[in-house]
Amino acid sequence: MQFEDEPIAGENLPILPGHASPGRLERILRSGVFAVTAEIAPPDSADPHEVYERASLFDGYVDAINATDGSGGNCHMSSVGMSALLTRRGYSMVMQISARDRNRIAMQGDVLGASAMGVSNILCLTGDGVQSGDHPQAKPVFDMDCMTTLEMLRGMRDRGQFLSGRKISHPPPVFLGAAANPFAPPFDYRPLRLAKKIAAGAQFIQTQYCFDLVMFKRYMAKVRDMGLHEKVFILVGVGPLASARSAQWIRNNVAGVHIPDSIIERLAGADDQAQEGVDICVEMIQQIREIPGVHGIHLMAYKQEKRVAEIITRAGVLDGRRPWHPGMYDASDAEENRAGLRSQQ
Amino acid sequence: MYRVRLWSVRNARWLHGCYTLLENILVRLNPLWEAIGYERVGRVFALIEKPIKGFLFDSKSCGQCSLGSTGMACPMNCPKTLRNGPCGGVRSDGTCEIDAEMICVWITAWEGSQRINNGEEAIQIIQPPVDARLQGSSAWLKMLRDKVRGKKGVVDSAI
Repeated sequence: MQFEDEPIAGENLPILPGHASPGRLERILRSGVFAVTAEIAPPDSADPHEVYERASLFDGYVDAINATDGSGGNCHMSSVGMSALLTRRGYSMVMQISARDRNRIAMQGDVLGASAMGVSNILCLTGDGVQSGDHPQAKPVFDMDCMTTLEMLRGMRDRGQFLSGRKISHPPPVFLGAAANPFAPPFDYRPLRLAKKIAAGAQFIQTQYCFDLVMFKRYMAKVRDMGLHEKVFILVGVGPLASARSAQWIRNNVAGVHIPDSIIERLAGADDQAQEGVDICVEMIQQIREIPGVHGIHLMAYKQEKRVAEIITRAGVLDGRRPWHPGMYDASDAEENRAGLRSQQ
Repeated sequence: MYRVRLWSVRNARWLHGCYTLLENILVRLNPLWEAIGYERVGRVFALIEKPIKGFLFDSKSCGQCSLGSTGMACPMNCPKTLRNGPCGGVRSDGTCEIDAEMICVWITAWEGSQRINNGEEAIQIIQPPVDARLQGSSAWLKMLRDKVRGKKGVVDSAI
């Protein structure tokens, strides 16, 4: 899928009226098609080619790629670094920014830097505690939280001001996202928390893994009652489980992931558990798509990135659409587009 | 103390009532505080405030109290010091992701807010990031000064 005003890869699209960002993701979501985003864990490496290789697995299947920010409290390449590398190749990146490791000075600086390098989407997170990662000795920062980060970045973008009130000469045109976990207590507060994030500036939401449709449908019913699905784009988190054992491990050790017994039993009873995990994921996507108020999925296929293409194809959520990827990019086409645009002006 | 803290949330309704009353008295007496000097008053307030709030709420003396908006549960007891609601890491049994011995501060805050008049609206107020300079200072004085300034037309949202 290419837009008429497609630029040279690595440069951003023009910002359309009513849009906050020059990015592909906002355009896709506002166009009303069912969106697909996926997450890549940044490598433990300073080699950019590792980043390119990881991203290329998703070519033609996803509309945007999330670069995680020290997820689970583990140290990896920074989300700023990875987002910048891939943005320069034309990918639409969702840069995750966690309040765990940076104070307000560092966060605002990173967002300005990332935006200057072309990053158009920022996902504001509180972040996992340091105790769960490989550096439990580290000092947790939490100067901000996801809510105040959203407000701060909205202020930078819309008012052109740092949190201090100091002026920014060129505000960062970023599309702001937040996470939601409908599967953690207090359940009756979760829709209100979503409303609060929207009030703070969230324009899109990526949820925690959904393995429990009954619970999710209940959450979405409340979200629709409150009219929140009309104020924010909701991308539901999904992913393949590798085996019953790994599902069990995730449930016990990864904060905030809820996996019902029925899923674990189904995996345990299968001959090929990894394939069963993919099947469950495909079915989950198809059923999630039917829920009113859902605008897309966010695929987190940790250590199973190679199966993303299969999952998306089988789920059929792209309806024959082929998301932009660098292989599709044709410099002469983009040049023609630009010439066309110029002649129209 | 953890158990007293939970007790305070269970008794959020009347504790919040007391707090509001205290707030009004302090504001009424503003001319007196002004005469003595805010700085001096603040030091005395802090001395009184610390043991009382420390005992009842496990207050961390952040100097910018939000108890009225958080169901009388001090959010600074959250290991991530979250002041705007629970993170996504709350365990299925309601305990904290980081400290499994403790019920999530925000689960108690949500319960407490149900016991307070307009608690549900209050919990939706977006609390600004903490001003680290105020650590250890009197939140009562801050509230008082914000209220007085509010009356003079400056908007602020303290407790």
